Amino acid sequence: MNEHDDCQALLDSLSDFVDGDLHEKLCAEIERHLGTCENCRIVVDTLRKTINLYQITSTPPTIPKDVRKRLYRRLYLEDYLGD
Amino acid sequence: MDKDWHHDGFSLEALRNGDREQFSRLVEAYSPLIYRLGVKILTNPQDAEDVLQETFIKAYRSLKDFDGRSKLSTWLYRIATNEALMLLRKKRPETVAIEDTQDDRDGNRKPIHIVDWCCLPEEELVSGESLEMLKKAAENLTTSLRLVFVLRDIEGMSTRETAEVLDISEAAVKTRLSRARLQLREDLSAYYADRLEEQNYE
Repeated sequence: MNEHDDCQALLDSLSDFVDGDLHEKLCAEIERHLGTCENCRIVVDTLRKTINLYQITSTPPTIPKDVRKRLYRRLYLEDYLGD
Repeated sequence: MDKDWHHDGFSLEALRNGDREQFSRLVEAYSPLIYRLGVKILTNPQDAEDVLQETFIKAYRSLKDFDGRSKLSTWLYRIATNEALMLLRKKRPETVAIEDTQDDRDGNRKPIHIVDWCCLPEEELVSGESLEMLKKAAENLTTSLRLVFVLRDIEGMSTRETAEVLDISEAAVKTRLSRARLQLREDLSAYYADRLEEQNYE
């Protein structure tokens, strides 16, 4: 397999690779390739960072007070609205 | 079936019998999650509120038919994403219909931006302007890619759960997630490469 084939194969497995969802053998092959291919290493690192940025900047699930109030009213649950 | 069968901490029996107190607990527990999901998918707070209300109205009506095979949360997410898709189809019928199958067919595109921007300082990566760019990049994904990305990477669902919510195969979830992530990586790389260049000139 030449270097270009390795890069293309990596691209198709990249998402599974960063999730740790790949078989040990394929994973080891990719690790080996990353040791020698600087471009692919950058793609992997920036992909990981991309996912990480979305996760760390995601706001915790909250619901604005007025939205909650209107929801409870629509569901006839006003008695359970609390304070 | 076991009468006292509890599901995600809720009594399914009480929910099925229309118990208002139990239903209000369900609403209290899941409405923030469903609302956030709506905002992420629809990108508009008013649409997200409509989907939130419709989701719980539908849920209340269909609880008697809920078979308990999936988690209550997965079931609610499924109702919510269907409602969101219906709303999008009404608003933008031309975009939602065709993109689904296209997203599964096309392969992964070769990366264009090869710049290592991971070393940028944290305050640059998550500056106000950067956050706006992150939001825009996610909004630029097609609906089917955005749905998978939000469920998997923001809501933290498993591949199996995501497949169940969207009623697609696990293979399709993986393909779409891969495409979504790679597209986001390109958009982020284009933006952060400029920040990196600015920094090097300073």
